[in-house]
Amino acid sequence: MGVTKEDVEAAITSALSPSHLVVTDTSGGCGASYEIEVVSEKFEGKRLLERHRLVNTALAPHMAEIHAVSIKKALTPAQAQPQPEPAADKPQA
Amino acid sequence: MKGYPDAPRCGFSALAVKVLQQYGVPISARDILSDLKLKETVKAYSNWPTFPQIFIKGEFVGGSDIILSMHQKGELKELLGDIAQKGEENGSS
Repeated sequence: MGVTKEDVEAAITSALSPSHLVVTDTSGGCGASYEIEVVSEKFEGKRLLERHRLVNTALAPHMAEIHAVSIKKALTPAQAQPQPEPAADKPQA
Repeated sequence: MKGYPDAPRCGFSALAVKVLQQYGVPISARDILSDLKLKETVKAYSNWPTFPQIFIKGEFVGGSDIILSMHQKGELKELLGDIAQKGEENGSS
């Protein structure tokens, strides 16, 4: 049995310090296929391709045993919460 | 990709083809399942671990997650620009 969901979570957590991470095993139990949603400050200022590269790099040690990885979301904290902070960029009345 | 546009051999490859076909662009596909050397060479060239890999106007764009996301955000239409033959709502499959 190859890579566990916990392995995937640990690899991404240590590389990207995500504020939100959902790893879903879509393989039906054999651990070869995962869907990933990740929110991380490290994505700030990076295009989608570069964000996916960061995730791929984090998973590189496991990729030989994973058949399929689908990165459903790779967002910055700001994108994950579209409402601006109350005091962030508009003066309060 | 895995297989060919009219006979994809992987759901992700099928998805990428389906997205690109919405734009009526000419697709030049190579099957990496039948050519291991090509597979390893392309992986090293693009520094990307999985297939399909989509290149537009010679530039590596990403895998199926990225092409789908760009399609949904309207970025793919922009990138394809003058080579897109028809609108994205006019796909005939």
